[in-house]
Amino acid sequence: MELDRMSALEIGERLGKREISAEEVVNYFWERTQKLEPELKSFLTTCPEEATGVARQVDELRRRGERLPPLAGIPVAVKDNLSTRGIHTTCGSRFLENYIPPYDAAVIQKLKENYLPVLGKTNMDEFGMGSSTENSAFYPTTNPWDFSKVPGGSSGGSAAAVAARQVPLALGTDTGGSVRQPAAFCGVFGLRPTYGRVSRYGLIAFASSLDQVGPITGTPEDGEALFDLIAGYDERDATSLDAPGDIAEPELDEQRVKEIKVGVIREQEGNGFAPEVVESVKEMASFWESYGAAVEEVSLPLTEYALAAYYLINAAEASSNLGRYDGIQYGYRTGYAADLQELVFKNREEGFGQEVKRRIVLGTYALSSGYYDDYCLKALKTRTLILRDMQRVLQTYDFLLGPTTPTPPFGLGEKIEDPLQMYLSDVCTITDPLVGNAAISVPGGFTPEGMPLGLQMSAAPFRESFLFKLARFWQQRKKYLTCASLQCGEKG
Amino acid sequence: MNYRPVIGLEIHVELKTETKMFCSCSAAFGEEPNSSCCPVCLGLPGSLPVINRKALELGVKAARALNCTVEANSRFDRKNYFYPDLPKAYQISQYDIPLGHSGYLEVEPLTGKPIGIQRCHLEEEAGKLLHHGGSLLEAEYSLVDYNRAGIPLLEIVTAPDLISGDEAYCFLNELRLLLLYNRISDCRMEEGSLRCDANISLSPVNSNSWGNKVEIKNLNSFKAVKAALEFEAARQEEVLSRRGEVLQETRHWDENQRKTFSLRGKEEAADYRYFPEPDVPPLQLDGIWIQKVEDSLAETPAERRRRYREQYGLKEGEADLLVAHPSLADFFDRAAIKYKGYRQLFNWISGEITRIARQKNISPEVLDSGALVETLQLMDEGSINRGTARKVLEEALVEGKNPAELALDKGMEQITDTGALGELVDEVLRDNPRAVGDYLEGKKKAGNFLLGQVMSRTRGKADPSVVKEILEEQVHPRKR
Repeated sequence: MELDRMSALEIGERLGKREISAEEVVNYFWERTQKLEPELKSFLTTCPEEATGVARQVDELRRRGERLPPLAGIPVAVKDNLSTRGIHTTCGSRFLENYIPPYDAAVIQKLKENYLPVLGKTNMDEFGMGSSTENSAFYPTTNPWDFSKVPGGSSGGSAAAVAARQVPLALGTDTGGSVRQPAAFCGVFGLRPTYGRVSRYGLIAFASSLDQVGPITGTPEDGEALFDLIAGYDERDATSLDAPGDIAEPELDEQRVKEIKVGVIREQEGNGFAPEVVESVKEMASFWESYGAAVEEVSLPLTEYALAAYYLINAAEASSNLGRYDGIQYGYRTGYAADLQELVFKNREEGFGQEVKRRIVLGTYALSSGYYDDYCLKALKTRTLILRDMQRVLQTYDFLLGPTTPTPPFGLGEKIEDPLQMYLSDVCTITDPLVGNAAISVPGGFTPEGMPLGLQMSAAPFRESFLFKLARFWQQRKKYLTCASLQCGEKG
Repeated sequence: MNYRPVIGLEIHVELKTETKMFCSCSAAFGEEPNSSCCPVCLGLPGSLPVINRKALELGVKAARALNCTVEANSRFDRKNYFYPDLPKAYQISQYDIPLGHSGYLEVEPLTGKPIGIQRCHLEEEAGKLLHHGGSLLEAEYSLVDYNRAGIPLLEIVTAPDLISGDEAYCFLNELRLLLLYNRISDCRMEEGSLRCDANISLSPVNSNSWGNKVEIKNLNSFKAVKAALEFEAARQEEVLSRRGEVLQETRHWDENQRKTFSLRGKEEAADYRYFPEPDVPPLQLDGIWIQKVEDSLAETPAERRRRYREQYGLKEGEADLLVAHPSLADFFDRAAIKYKGYRQLFNWISGEITRIARQKNISPEVLDSGALVETLQLMDEGSINRGTARKVLEEALVEGKNPAELALDKGMEQITDTGALGELVDEVLRDNPRAVGDYLEGKKKAGNFLLGQVMSRTRGKADPSVVKEILEEQVHPRKR
């Protein structure tokens, strides 16, 4: 059985009918992972034994005739900033290379409750800071569609693992696009949920007011199933939200599409946007139009300030969140140090990478007395203005359409020396986190070179289900390939 | 030139909650080091804070007790700094929108002088460092106990309204009582659940200008606060009198040398990089809830003193004494419901109850006020005398027995049979002719001796006033 050609839900169905065992499924993907890993390097840690244990449990429960959740037994990969009890959780950082959490993140608990075997922890930019996974302290991950390209980031490992079907499902985290941008670069589906819908408990903080956990999958149906499984109020996260009532949207049919109003974001084209990217947005706009939806251009005039506001808030919060890494209780410990201060200085100097240090310095500066009002306070005010702008626009439009990234996947090493260029690659994905929207990246075709392009649809808070229905309507008709045909392991 | 001291206090009290400020670990004092810890209070990666509702309630209660305006839309902020006892490298505190502000406390012992309360806000404790050999920088090694990390703290900042060490002392006492009666904090300085730093500057009399401010730390008792402020006022006056300059600095109180010392370290202006805590949404306190908390406030120490004077007829000193000891005052209140001899009650509480509590090391809080009431009633009925009453009371309190049964069981009940007493008196008078003679000649000592003889033959079970009457009756006919 070619499990890598099936969606997670399809595999789940066969598991339910006992046409295949969960142990076989885990073995299949574990072997595939091992085969592809030398080229891809999606994983930082793998845990096949634990995964097999869960699979056997699933098989045993099924033998006894118990009804299990739809994704039970389907292997999942999780980003390495999600705390896993007893399993290394490095955040892609030298600093946490040997850190083993004593507790599970809320989302990991949910995976366990639903019997999803965690096959491993995926590579990422250190602490989530980056858009290419090249900022991993250990090694870069490659793009399964072309090994010379980056997979995006910071959830590059999760996106690459799904695009290569090392696993059918993965969890990433999204602060300013870290789920959607790698999903776009790898040609798969990635959702950034409404801030507060998925518990952050156990997600190692980067920028607390922006971080969210989201699913990365090969189909929108799998994405919605995985999202439903991880979403929900958690009393351990004070920013967690109770979803209002029944928010599952009905299936989108051609009749209902006619009632939809689509806003195409005017500011997301022109300078800095690749022609094929602009073209793919136009294609999607005419797609919805051809089904009778009202498609109009909308303006979000504050977009040009969003990137600055985002990077200030993100750096300020990060500088505070990362203060705890002093290497005293846990984490990287240098060799000899004469006193406490030198010890902490050396631990941080040697334990953190360049980009992390850059953000800490930026954030510390922006929070300093005398600068706070000019930088942080202004950024927070800008955030409020952008929110008002967005609320106004979303009164008229059901969703906003734009590219997920301004360019197709870039080459490994191409932008790593130029942080500003790297930051600019987030320009399409930072507005939604700033205002708390839900947003999804869906495959939007390929460049002439065969690299995937991603399109983004954003909607008001709590409209994840609607976004998945839109994605489904699109993908059912477009049938884009979401599994890279790989040259590497398949040869041998 | 004459100077007057301008003094303000900064007080930290640990709130009396079962659990910590942002997690559900025990907040109890004196547990095994690092046994009450979890990912949240250890600041482990990925952990998140959730507000303790009880701490919030106690914070609001304290704010209202101090006549502060409660800010319904208050919020928490991060105060960022590095120190090994601070596991997250930031303290969750409150910065520009404190829970309470613009209040005051009237200090009755200062003839009701109101001392301004600038603000009171909630925050979390840091862990505790144990240095082996000197301070953090000199120690061979240091140990960290995170049990204290995350315990809820209330910081109270007064206006610079105090003018002497004595006023500071009286204010602190009154504040402590207010917090104790409202069960907001244990206020135990020796366990660190109340801490105080003092700020003092000197201002020329008849001038509004203020001198440079000195902050005094390491104040381990209210008496130390008073002594340190008095020392510091004198020191600053001496500096100014020789036209010197008082440095704006932090000074350390040395309890043994009874002096303040400059901490002389390079004092960098701390930049705490405050910003709104993104993990804790801003508070939205419900007005009705705030009112409910306010309605649960205990009467103030001043109101209590007045009640004891006016309702129970205690003297000023007596009322002060009771109110200064909340567990005794509460005991008094419990007993006074059932016993109307208030002065008698006060005497027994300030005497016997205090003695028993101290000797047996039991808090008056857990002593049964009913036992005292019943014992006093037995005594008032004349069933037992004062000496017996003491014994009955102690046994009743310590062993939890019923005073009336104790009196019966042990044959402690007073001999009230005047016939039997009459025979005993007759015996004693016949056995002690010299004493009788002396007594008849007017020597009082001889009378006391005879009374003592009778009492000892009853083994203390007779009512001395009855014995005295019978003695008088029988002795005079023996006059020759």
